[in-house]
Amino acid sequence: MAEKLANQPAHSAEFRFTEEQQQLRTAVRKFCADNFDEQAVRRLMESEVPFDAKVWHRLGSELGVLGLSVPEADGGVGGSLVDQAVAVEEFGATLACGPLFGTVFLAIPALVACPAGPARDELLAELVEGTKTAAFAVADKAGAFDPSAVTVTATDDTVTGTVARVVDAGAADEILVAATTSAGIGLYAVDATASGVTRTPLVTMDLTRPQAIVEFADAPARLLAGPQEAERVITHALQVGSALLAVEQVGAAQHLLDLSVDYAKSRLQFGRQIGSFQAIKHKLADMLVDLEHARSTAYHAVWALGDASDDPALAASIAQATASAAFSRIAADTIQVHGGIGFTWEHQAHLYFKRAATDAALLGTAEEHRSRVADMVLDTAVADADAARVATGFPA
Amino acid sequence: MSTVADADRVPDLARQVVADHDPKKVPIPEFLGACYDAGLSWIHFPEGLGGLGLSRGLQAVADGILQGAGGPVPLGLNPMGYGMAAPTVREHAQSDDLKKELLRPLATTEHIWCQLFSEPGAGSDVAGLATSAVQDGDDWVINGQKVWTSLAHRARWGLLLARSNPDAPKHKGLTYFVLDMHAPGVETRPLRQLTGQAEFNEVYITDARIPDTHRLGAIGDGWRVAMTTLMNERSALGASGSRRGGGTISDATSLWASRPDLQTLVLRDRLTQLWLKSEAQRLTSERSRASATVGGPGPEGSIGKMVGAELNQHIYEWCMDFLGPEGILYHSYAIHGANREGDWRGPIQQRFLRSRANTIEGGTSEVMRNILGERVLGLPGDLRADSGMPWKEIPRG
Repeated sequence: MAEKLANQPAHSAEFRFTEEQQQLRTAVRKFCADNFDEQAVRRLMESEVPFDAKVWHRLGSELGVLGLSVPEADGGVGGSLVDQAVAVEEFGATLACGPLFGTVFLAIPALVACPAGPARDELLAELVEGTKTAAFAVADKAGAFDPSAVTVTATDDTVTGTVARVVDAGAADEILVAATTSAGIGLYAVDATASGVTRTPLVTMDLTRPQAIVEFADAPARLLAGPQEAERVITHALQVGSALLAVEQVGAAQHLLDLSVDYAKSRLQFGRQIGSFQAIKHKLADMLVDLEHARSTAYHAVWALGDASDDPALAASIAQATASAAFSRIAADTIQVHGGIGFTWEHQAHLYFKRAATDAALLGTAEEHRSRVADMVLDTAVADADAARVATGFPA
Repeated sequence: MSTVADADRVPDLARQVVADHDPKKVPIPEFLGACYDAGLSWIHFPEGLGGLGLSRGLQAVADGILQGAGGPVPLGLNPMGYGMAAPTVREHAQSDDLKKELLRPLATTEHIWCQLFSEPGAGSDVAGLATSAVQDGDDWVINGQKVWTSLAHRARWGLLLARSNPDAPKHKGLTYFVLDMHAPGVETRPLRQLTGQAEFNEVYITDARIPDTHRLGAIGDGWRVAMTTLMNERSALGASGSRRGGGTISDATSLWASRPDLQTLVLRDRLTQLWLKSEAQRLTSERSRASATVGGPGPEGSIGKMVGAELNQHIYEWCMDFLGPEGILYHSYAIHGANREGDWRGPIQQRFLRSRANTIEGGTSEVMRNILGERVLGLPGDLRADSGMPWKEIPRG
């Protein structure tokens, strides 16, 4: 699989998926069906370590889908971010358990953007291979880097401080953390099992996406990006993470729409399929429109980040604002279309509803991204006299 | 499939037309006639009928060159002609001679076309229409009333759907014709709408005669022929500009920028939501263009039509809320001059009023949601009280 992707042209035209990408989608879908069916997801989400390290390693080694856009020089396959997005969409559809958010969405893109060096190269290779996992302990402000939110300080080779609510930190092997030194903010890697690191798991609403509080007390740290580089590296990671998170939302939302449509065709009330009632049919039509809009904005962001064809901050915010709202609404309406069964623990709808609430809050809410879009497009809007022509009560 | 050679041939032909008939100098009909003769009017049509038999994807290449040189946008000059009549005539007219006779003056815009489907008693349920077509020798005799007919007062030809068999179930008793709008018994009256203008007409048809040679498709097959027309209408309405921030949303952002004194945080967020939806729909159109296979318009065009219509309304509602008391003035309800045919733009207030029609014309948003539900998602149809019933027994009112 990976070899085929490496031989594609570097950038394909926006929204045109290649034959290889279709094959990748099929392969990941099959792997997910075999390893992340609903039963497996339920078993893993209630385990102490909420993912299967063996399966994770297979994702990295056998399928090679954890670092698809990592350049060949860095031990990756040199595919595109579109390739990575295709795989992420399928993971989202099944709620594949594992540290995707910490490792694939954030840590790997951060490491790719870091200057090469022994600490970075070795860790990147291990994450791509799936032999280790990582969490990204950098507090963001609505999906953007905020130096004032950094709560950790660093000396030459240790870090100290506490980071709240770090996704995927509980079971991570390595933690990437932003820390302040006298020279500015740097990005460090910390062995999560080292002395001086305390992780306190939190009960999360979405059990498939765990969090922990991470406390560093003079914990040994390796510098990945110094003050000259850290902001660029972290910003890149957050933008890629935002685009991939949006794609995950699309995958999950598509699964829910399929589920709801199937149910509307098979559930009989008043002697007919409930999908024949316009109240249900029109709700499903609106879910379809929201989903298609989310898909367009998410993949636009993915393409734009891959080929610099658009302002990455704007494209990522458009995608996050659209996909978060769409997945949340689709998840809520899925429960509604299913009626009573959709509110039970036994039915899968709640797993996705909780993921929707979680994804909507991570890396900035729809409202925060909307606000950022407003800053970028409304504050720069230009008045056109004809477009803004207003009748004043005097006959034309 | 189009080849690389075709991809070169189309721009060559377009440049040749521009060189021989400079659109900035020659009259529009001459220029568009040259486009037709070169096969550039509808590239996917057969040669000799305004096309080259190539992929419709190449149309954009030709249009880019022709319009880039100052040529007109023909869909704007003869919308029902280019958007609906041409594909229907091309597919269903009885002879090539008739196709040629109708298509060339359509293409030059010397013959404007209109569409005679809706009736006072048949809106969303257009298959229930009552205008009768009775065969009399080699002719058909038509009686009935049509409504919401744009451009009927300027049209030379109308696309007419009429009932040829009232004993059949409603979809099976229809036959499709082209009606000479200058024929005796065809009377067009302006229909004033709530903006004060009269973009549309009522058409009264009394014992008008149509030769059988002007029937499109088989007797009783009018519904299937009409589908060709309607799917093209929806795709024409659903296509939108591809510039970020362009289209209707630019009216609102322009208004926003022109009046800093009226800006509030609440209106700012509402406008941003509308901007985002416009952008998401723009990208969705781009995506559906990118993934379009060869072939005609499909039901996914219904997304663009429905979203565009509702966005227009919400955007102008926003404009009115932004303007507050300044917005409740108007320019004129007089019905003359530009107001007769509808200055389609007008001031913001006129656009606000006009936008109410967007979710009705060309298929209501309720019908669009049925189409998305049934044809895209595969949901079951609603129960139909008139299913299988002879048309003449269906309750009407």
